[in-house]
Amino acid sequence: MVDNLIIPLLKIVIVLNATLVAVTYMVLLERKVIAWAQSRLGPMRVGPYGILQPIADAVKLMIKEDITPTRADKWVFTAAPIIAMVPALIVYAVIPFGPEVSLFGRKITLYITDVNVGLLYVVSVTSVGVYGIILAGYASNSKYPLLASLRASAQLISYEVAVTLTLVSVILVAGSLSMVDIVRAQEHWHVWFAFIQPLAFGIFFIGGLAETNRAPFDLPEAEQELTGGFHTEYSGMRFALFFLAEYANMIVVSSVATTLFLGGWLRPFPNVAALGFLDPIPSWTWFLIKSFVFLYVFIWIRATLPRYRYDQLMRLGWKVLIPLAIANLVVTGIVKVVLAT
Amino acid sequence: MGQAIAFYTLAAFILGFAVLVVSTKDTVHSVLFLVLDFLFVAALYVLLAAPFLAVIQVLVYAGGIVVLYLFVVMLVNLKRAPEAHHDPHRRTKLGFWLAAAVLVELGAIAAYGPAASAPAVTQTAAMPVSGNTEQVGWLLYTSYLIPFEIASMLLLVAMIGAIVLAKREL
Repeated sequence: MVDNLIIPLLKIVIVLNATLVAVTYMVLLERKVIAWAQSRLGPMRVGPYGILQPIADAVKLMIKEDITPTRADKWVFTAAPIIAMVPALIVYAVIPFGPEVSLFGRKITLYITDVNVGLLYVVSVTSVGVYGIILAGYASNSKYPLLASLRASAQLISYEVAVTLTLVSVILVAGSLSMVDIVRAQEHWHVWFAFIQPLAFGIFFIGGLAETNRAPFDLPEAEQELTGGFHTEYSGMRFALFFLAEYANMIVVSSVATTLFLGGWLRPFPNVAALGFLDPIPSWTWFLIKSFVFLYVFIWIRATLPRYRYDQLMRLGWKVLIPLAIANLVVTGIVKVVLAT
Repeated sequence: MGQAIAFYTLAAFILGFAVLVVSTKDTVHSVLFLVLDFLFVAALYVLLAAPFLAVIQVLVYAGGIVVLYLFVVMLVNLKRAPEAHHDPHRRTKLGFWLAAAVLVELGAIAAYGPAASAPAVTQTAAMPVSGNTEQVGWLLYTSYLIPFEIASMLLLVAMIGAIVLAKREL
């Protein structure tokens, strides 16, 4: 009873709440980092150094008037933000934050569940998230959101191919689809997969930027052309849901990248014994630090790079990343067969 | 008992959404009901302890193919009022009789087919691998190799055909 019901429920509650808090503070971090990059201060008024700004934002969004356009498709308009948000949250079910720990004399795993098809679960759930974007654009019954949502979904579908192909080469190296087993494989090989699969890592990172609609691939939200993107007609909490979904997806991409390429909860250089003094640090801190570095780089890139043009984006996806990912997969397969014989 | 309740609940949802898919006037809503239908079929696979099939169902059908349906439906804009259709050659009863024939056939299979006599679980014992994904992979590359290769050949042909159609001058 306790092991099968209460502990998993507690874990779900903790992970969901931690994610939502992390998402709201990601927004603050982004505003702060971009402000620093542009020699500004960023939010400073609410609380010391603006640390209460996310709460003020949330209150403002919740009490704002919620408008549904008259000609909008009412049901789909209401459902779209929910469809965008839910997949971004249920992915966390398989992300391993750490190995087993004992707490109050009980062995507790630091992941909600470890399924045999973990990585495929992540890919399939995130592929459903694209409906939120398409339907938001369609249901608004307005030109710019429709164009933005078509752009966004074309971009998502194109980059999904390249990203999934890089995942296949990681699966080949690890020999398993389970997220926990992939980390264990890196422990067993004494090396992070970023060093075995550097090309896959690079493609995954670029694809991850594109799939979360982040700069320099944030064409669906190009203000100058599209007045703000697929959520132009949304206001109040529904708009906030799209925003939260985008940041939750960023956290998902960084967690998956950490798990697959940076050794998940393992300490840096797991094969160097001289770094053994790092072992007492709890393993989940490593996971959080690595994911945070990823998120910081996401923001850093947004503050640094200008936006791609749409045709450049498509050319990069189809003519560069996908062929490279396929070549990487073929080479990985050949090397694996050669090593096995 | 619990499994039976779960099965009949899922089956009711699947049938209900299937009816909604064909009865809804708005094409986009109809496509959305199709997505829900696919998701519930995936849940049915989970109930049958086939998680690999379930995630592939979501990935390929709900997340891939139906997105393309939605693209097509949104781009061609079918929002006109449905016209009354008077085709003199239309056979209204034919569909009904065909559906009845399929129903009788399915009933006969359920009553007298191989599933009624013995469940085919003998093969799984001979497999050298454990885990759902590994077992599916093993079966695909041993017992079902030829169907698998034929299916991939068909997909390749379809892909080449699409490229040839889309690109007039190569």
